[in-house]
Amino acid sequence: MRCTVTVTEPGSAPVAAPPPSAPSVRYGAFANFISMARAAGELVVQPRMGMCDPKQMRAGLLATKLARATTVGTITLDSFTRTGDLAAVRSALRDGVDLNGYPIVTYGPERTREMLRGICEEGFPVQIRHGSPAPKDIVATLMRAGIDATEGGPVSYCLPYSRTPLRESVLNWARSAEMLSEFRGVGVEPHLETFGGCMLGQLCPPSLLVALSVLEGMFFHQHGLRSISLSYAQQTHAGQDQEALLAMHRLAGELFTDIDWHVVVYTYMGVYPNTERGALRLLGEAAELAVRGGAARLIVKTAAEAHRIPTIAENVQALEYAANVATGTERSDIIGTPPESEIYRQASDLVHAVRELHADIGVALRMAFDRGYLDVPYCLHPDNAGRARTKLTEDGRLVWSRVGAMPIKPPRSGWATTELGSAELLAALSYVARRCDEEAAQLGTLPAAERGQVE
Amino acid sequence: MNSTNSTRVLRVLVTTVASDSHSWNLVYLQLMLEEMGHIVDNLGPCAPVDEMIARCLESRPDLVVVSSVNGHGYADGMRLISTLRSHRDLRGIPVVIGGKLGIHGTENQDHTDRLLLAGFDAVFSDGGGLRSFESFVRQLPAGAA
Ligand code: B12
Repeated sequence: MRCTVTVTEPGSAPVAAPPPSAPSVRYGAFANFISMARAAGELVVQPRMGMCDPKQMRAGLLATKLARATTVGTITLDSFTRTGDLAAVRSALRDGVDLNGYPIVTYGPERTREMLRGICEEGFPVQIRHGSPAPKDIVATLMRAGIDATEGGPVSYCLPYSRTPLRESVLNWARSAEMLSEFRGVGVEPHLETFGGCMLGQLCPPSLLVALSVLEGMFFHQHGLRSISLSYAQQTHAGQDQEALLAMHRLAGELFTDIDWHVVVYTYMGVYPNTERGALRLLGEAAELAVRGGAARLIVKTAAEAHRIPTIAENVQALEYAANVATGTERSDIIGTPPESEIYRQASDLVHAVRELHADIGVALRMAFDRGYLDVPYCLHPDNAGRARTKLTEDGRLVWSRVGAMPIKPPRSGWATTELGSAELLAALSYVARRCDEEAAQLGTLPAAERGQVE
Repeated sequence: MNSTNSTRVLRVLVTTVASDSHSWNLVYLQLMLEEMGHIVDNLGPCAPVDEMIARCLESRPDLVVVSSVNGHGYADGMRLISTLRSHRDLRGIPVVIGGKLGIHGTENQDHTDRLLLAGFDAVFSDGGGLRSFESFVRQLPAGAA
């Protein structure tokens, strides 16, 4: 197979983004900011921030804006809003119980607009991140609050986040994507990011993450979006992650020829290092990965990740640390995916097997899960086959140990069949955290930061 | 395996609170309890209280283990336990909760006290909770409910 896609400098889009169809439609604040940063060769860094109190949320966004980095803002929603339990939001607010995010539907568009007053002007865009399989009210509220970017997906906001049947989530997300696309009516091209490159955060091999991200991107496109981002969450091995990002660019370049898209890297989404140094070390590795893998944007994690919801100061520390490392990281000369890339081959096989099931990607996704063509390891959702399993190799690569009915060819050694026990599972889940804590303790310094600050 | 209690096989319902979608904790607790020799029914993430109550009434587990890490464990746990204990038939079932129950990281003694007062038999806050949980489980007689 010949390698067709060239991964260019982060400064220029892998595919030239065409202007939105009508001359009166402009890219929304979010998409516009990303493409300008890309043109300037800067990695955009973004927090996972979400506060219950509007004053705090405002302060957090302001601190994000003022951080010494190229940043966009985030409003992460609380778990009650995500699960549609607005009565629980009301009683928590009444009783003074702190929520784990910003309850946007309960506060409503006016109060949210007030909270954002002055902050979003001068081109500082904000994205809503939630995790709801039934996001109609959330999308309606964010649109009325004047926010043009959000995140999700029919699979990635269903399987890891709910027991809602996939069928319902697909319908809900189709409607919500179409609703978001109506922004075009007021001259704004909205942006939607898929969470498909994360799923349960850990122990899902890169090829399936790439495939799910791309498939959800296709779903968004089918439902009217013309500006999307494809996510990929850092896993257990830097070389493997780099290959995954190249595979993602290549697949996306083949499939999204007439829309605006970029790749966003998530700093490790599984069990996080316990120590501050270990946490920063992992964040530094993510920043290096984002730059080397040609991503336009990086979502950071803070030193508080393993323990609790981070403070504003911890978020700023993470943003600035990642930006520093990114500045000091050289882009490697790897162009495109190596022709032999197993991740590309598996991801491409998965995407094509799903596409062949039905012309409507939503229906195809449902059928694929039904048949086990897509099967997320360790996912308890009733619509997930639950036969796939993974393991870590000696050198820390995340590989399949069982693929169930997925169209993935077995390795020469065949599939392992042993189930992990509780101690082994915990060891696999904590592998990255342990490595980073240990390495940071041994080195006693923060090498990545120093390199970043030399400039 | 603990020799004194090795013959007592408990039927354990593992669940979480309605707003919590984290599931690695549930998978882990299931494996751990199974390795202790017990039979586990895992309700999975975001289990609504009504569904949990229905399952309890139907299968009368020997122990209910509630695990929550999203930070809403206290608020959701209070609702869960008051609903459960309002069922006459479920008053005697041992019910415990554990994980990261608030959003501030440190153990909140006030939350623990209130959860106990509301009807939980034990609260295992994050950190050293697993050891004491194991000994708690070993103390339980089978067929207690
Ligand atoms: C993986 C992960 C996810 C995945 C979950 C996928 C899935 N379906 O499971 C994804 C990315 C989807 C996710 C989503 C969210 N997450 Co999350 N997530 C994590 C993460 C990184 C690892 C958790 C994990 O897998 N642990 C492995 C398991 C085996 O261990 P454990 O859960 O820690 O449980 C251990 C102990 O707590 C204890 N334990 C747990 N329960 C019980 C019960 C009993 C009885 C006992 C004895 C012991 C016990 O035993 C376990 C083994 O040691 C943690 C941070 C971290 N730890 O690094 C955040 C974290 C738990 N998430 C958090 C939050 C807030 C969320 C979100 C609400 C998003 C947000 N606002 O940031 C959503 C959840 C939406 C919802 N409806 O609830 C917060 C919770 C904050 C808090 N409590 O203060 C954390 C701590 C991150 C943070 N610092 O902000 N998350």
